[in-house]
Amino acid sequence: MKETAGTPVQVTGTVLTTRRVDAYHALTVVAPGIAERFRPGHFVSVAVGGPHTSMPARRAFSVHDVKPDYGGTVELVFAVRGRGTAWLAERKARDTLDLVGPLGRPFPVPRDPCTCVLVGGEYGSASLFALADTLQQRGCRVDFVLGAASADRVFGALRARRMGETITLTTEDGSLGLRGLVTDALPSVIADARADVVYACGPMSMLRGVTAVAVEFDIPVQVSVEEAMACGYGVCMTCVLPVIGDDGVTRMARSCVDGPVFRGERVRFEDVGTIPFDALGAPGGRVQEGGAHSRNVS
Amino acid sequence: MSVDMRTYLAHVELANPITTAAGCAASGAELSQFFELARLGAVVTRSITMAPRAGRPTPRMAETPSGLLNGVGLQGPGVEAFLERELPRLVDRGARAVVSIAGGSVAEYTALARRLSDAPGVAAVEVNLSCPNVEDLGRVFARDPAASAEVVSSVRATLRYDLPVVAKLAPDVADIVAVARSCVDGGADALAMINTPLGMSIDVDTMRPALAAGTGGLSGPAIRPLAVRCLWQVHAALPGVPIVGMGGVASGRDALEMILAGACVVAVGTALFHDPYACLRILRELEELLKERGFERLADAVGLAHRPPGAGPRHRTDLEETSL
Repeated sequence: MKETAGTPVQVTGTVLTTRRVDAYHALTVVAPGIAERFRPGHFVSVAVGGPHTSMPARRAFSVHDVKPDYGGTVELVFAVRGRGTAWLAERKARDTLDLVGPLGRPFPVPRDPCTCVLVGGEYGSASLFALADTLQQRGCRVDFVLGAASADRVFGALRARRMGETITLTTEDGSLGLRGLVTDALPSVIADARADVVYACGPMSMLRGVTAVAVEFDIPVQVSVEEAMACGYGVCMTCVLPVIGDDGVTRMARSCVDGPVFRGERVRFEDVGTIPFDALGAPGGRVQEGGAHSRNVS
Repeated sequence: MSVDMRTYLAHVELANPITTAAGCAASGAELSQFFELARLGAVVTRSITMAPRAGRPTPRMAETPSGLLNGVGLQGPGVEAFLERELPRLVDRGARAVVSIAGGSVAEYTALARRLSDAPGVAAVEVNLSCPNVEDLGRVFARDPAASAEVVSSVRATLRYDLPVVAKLAPDVADIVAVARSCVDGGADALAMINTPLGMSIDVDTMRPALAAGTGGLSGPAIRPLAVRCLWQVHAALPGVPIVGMGGVASGRDALEMILAGACVVAVGTALFHDPYACLRILRELEELLKERGFERLADAVGLAHRPPGAGPRHRTDLEETSL
């Protein structure tokens, strides 16, 4: 068990149930092999479109839930954003799916009991519940802050209410909970709970704000980033973002194998989508290399 | 009876004809968590540059019909880190390592060749000619037969004599046969084709190019007919030159198509992003297809489609639909 934990496998999963959760879709898939290797924060990648598809890229999804029933099931929560997710949303019970997982580096969990604030934006909250389970098994106190643009896009409020010591909901239009962003509510939650650590999963702008709050309180923050990936296991090099390493050097880290969980203060959120000039191997200064004009090569 | 799948990349014997394509398996280690790399004919590394490279900004990838556009920009650790960390790991795992190199000038290619010449465990060197030539206004080497030949001959002259030089050609040229012939004249022991043709995609929602770099390399099944055409033309003109075929190979049938067009080695690229086991699956399917057609050796199928109709040595009955 120890050696296999985290090592990804490719399996043909069978869809067990599908359901709508407000603005999102939830798919429970029987995926033996993946479920027993799973740790909170891992994700899976799914081939979409069927065997003769014109869509060659896989789609990556965070895992909402893992259960030992039926030999091991994983539940994916996603929003329809394009043709691939639209195809996935049309799957019915007993359809099969090509899954690879578990992928990525999971959330590190504290050794001793402490107080944790879990911050979720949109369907990013989905990956926080397995983490909350693990934290509570270790005697940690868990507080939730969940937010989205509107009430139907807040995911997991009921489950968070059952699990969390406290739960704070925010919506930008005020249709549920407090009007505003999760970062508006976060400082008081951290202060009231006397939190020791913050975990966050959601859109990049939210992670940036959450990290800023945690840094202000001088407590560690672990963020799970969402970047577009083609493979999910580190070969395509498309899901990079600038991350500061232990040696202080910024590298274009792959969010699939170096992440998706990073220490928040190590991610250069303001530079995501760029190559910072001081990143290792950044263009400029080195004329010999051919600079940023290389083309047609990967 | 199993089919003899051995093949030769120049004089280097490979246990089977299926390899990874440059830039599609990172350093190789990522795939080894799924299967043993030694089961592949060879692992072709991403293109190694002299200095570390951070590559291009994101978004680097866009999905197109049956294809992928990418603008990664040769992200990599540079040759020193590659020799120190990545190459030994490949060798330890028993993989045959074909090292792809990329540079912005002939001098840079030469320096890379010198650095690799004494490195243990290199089976062959693939010269990525689709790099912008900084001494020629950034026009890619592969566009020009003379520039391609200059790079190839300088690498050939620098590299240890027993290491094959594979020239990787781009399809975005008026006359690929001329470039191929020029590379062979320059000393290339084998040719690899095709690199990704240049493409572009615009996101109609944001009304901006889908890639940060604007244009990118198109790969995947969308480019397979282009690859087969290039292979066909070059094999017809230079029948004695070993060719590594690639471009949208996703099944054993696709690999066989490349082999019939003239390839003796087939590299798998974009399919690896979809299926980490793609190489092994394609190898299994290819062997099965050869067996069904009565071949005892893979080598007998190389370039077979060039024979005039009726001259085929095999019974061509009850074959299923073609892959076209």
